[in-house]
Amino acid sequence: MNIEEIRKVASPDVQVASQPHESRKLNLVAPEKSSDFSYAIKKDFPMFKNKNITYLDSGATTQKPIQVINAINEFYEKYNANPHRGAYSLSVEATNVYEETREKIAKFINAKHKEEIIFSKNATESLNLLAYSYGMEYLNKNDEIVISIMEHHSNLVPWQKVAKTTGAKLNYMYINNEFEISDEEIKNKITDKTKIVGITHVSNVLGTINNIEKIIKQAHKVGAIVIVDASQSIPHMKIDVQDLDVDFLVFSGHKMLAPLGIGVLYGKKELLNKMTPFLMGGDMIEYVYEDKTTFAPLPNKFEAGTQNVEGVIGLGAAIHYIEHIGYDNIKKIEKEVVSYATQELKKLDYIELYLTPNSKNHSGVISFNIKGVHPHDVASILDANGVCVRSRKSLCTTTYEVFRN
Amino acid sequence: MEDLTDVYNELIMEHSMNSYNKKKLDNATCSEIGHNPNCGDEITLEIKLNGNTIEDMAFSGHGCAISQSSTSIMIDTLKGKTIEEAKEIIKTFIGMIKREITDEEELKKLEDAIAFKNVSNMPARVKCALLAWHTIEGMLEK
Repeated sequence: MNIEEIRKVASPDVQVASQPHESRKLNLVAPEKSSDFSYAIKKDFPMFKNKNITYLDSGATTQKPIQVINAINEFYEKYNANPHRGAYSLSVEATNVYEETREKIAKFINAKHKEEIIFSKNATESLNLLAYSYGMEYLNKNDEIVISIMEHHSNLVPWQKVAKTTGAKLNYMYINNEFEISDEEIKNKITDKTKIVGITHVSNVLGTINNIEKIIKQAHKVGAIVIVDASQSIPHMKIDVQDLDVDFLVFSGHKMLAPLGIGVLYGKKELLNKMTPFLMGGDMIEYVYEDKTTFAPLPNKFEAGTQNVEGVIGLGAAIHYIEHIGYDNIKKIEKEVVSYATQELKKLDYIELYLTPNSKNHSGVISFNIKGVHPHDVASILDANGVCVRSRKSLCTTTYEVFRN
Repeated sequence: MEDLTDVYNELIMEHSMNSYNKKKLDNATCSEIGHNPNCGDEITLEIKLNGNTIEDMAFSGHGCAISQSSTSIMIDTLKGKTIEEAKEIIKTFIGMIKREITDEEELKKLEDAIAFKNVSNMPARVKCALLAWHTIEGMLEK
């Protein structure tokens, strides 16, 4: 077969493969009442057909719509091969679907270049990549790292390690009585000594939407780079990395309807280019000699070894699904659910709510405590009624300590 | 639901709220911290030995109803036993929670601790029930 014939055979399939989830048309016309719309969406999730549960733990991981599950199945049934490897058409197809999804994600968060999108295992791996390939390389003894007290452990522990190794200082931005980081706190903590600022866009514990615009502005004013953890925000709100002017942004696929084990690191091209690779191995190299190696250009430089292609395909399908529903509709449904839930929870005098009073700064996470009952017992009792909630306080011990004090 | 009321029964609730075993021993032979990093439960166990016999025991710490009551009831069960007897009971309790031992006769030696049998139906809570038992298991090995 010559190249033209291969193309003829491969192309139509590649077309389908790149958008396999589109084969099942989404019938999503928003009805008047968004609660009806929510029921329509819920029908897309096979989990809720198989299990009679009320799932309130999407902050940990979301259930997956049939469109995502089908896209993964279709990949294994029709396109499975190792991308960037074989000189045969199937591998070319696999490469195409993989790379087209990269492009789709770049568009989704409005990255300037598609090679600014690096695939990882999850947000944790993306953050570790930054800690090792940027933090360890560019920080010195007199530098400071600033993170917030409401960071997930994945945006905290790696920076402790960087601080310990480089001698840099790790500082925290604390929250006020309204569970928010005040403008003064941002100004006081991000100073001329600051080189890296790590901030979660939305807190997984409090649901607070942080003022990342202000944090990025302040950081750039003092010459620091900003890493935004968008894991909790990207399923709920439009992210535009160019508009934000954020230097690095990370998120996990599995918290936004995609499969487990796929994550993204976005980085400005000039920053990613000056960084050294994190993991070494196949596909991230250019030339390998006995005594040295030159590395592949972006994005392959940061994607060593065979990648999680099914995860990438699933993530592409999840993004397609989210875009079909639309962030406006997502916001509308969320607002209704959150205000109803908080209104009902407030009626119960044995419940303490940890919630910013400024509803515009609050996303979908509702944190509460039942006075005198350990959260683990609460979760077991709710579970017996088919309600799945998060009960661990240890996921974010630093935030928890703030509550306790 | 049936399982749940079996788990959060009167005995367990009583021990979890105000346990008389939650105190400090004046002259403990040894003490050990048991920690469950996943859920943040933490207990400190104290043992006072008299020769080969567990003369007294006490605990302190914080955690869910199951971990706290399991610690307290374990103390009631093991107090006055020899180390060998205690080891046998511990083995049986762990076996019951892991559903490896189901023989009612065999489980009788657990006394009140048999109240935790239904925790074996709640995989997410097994580690809560076992925290104290694993801690003392390690202590007695030493």
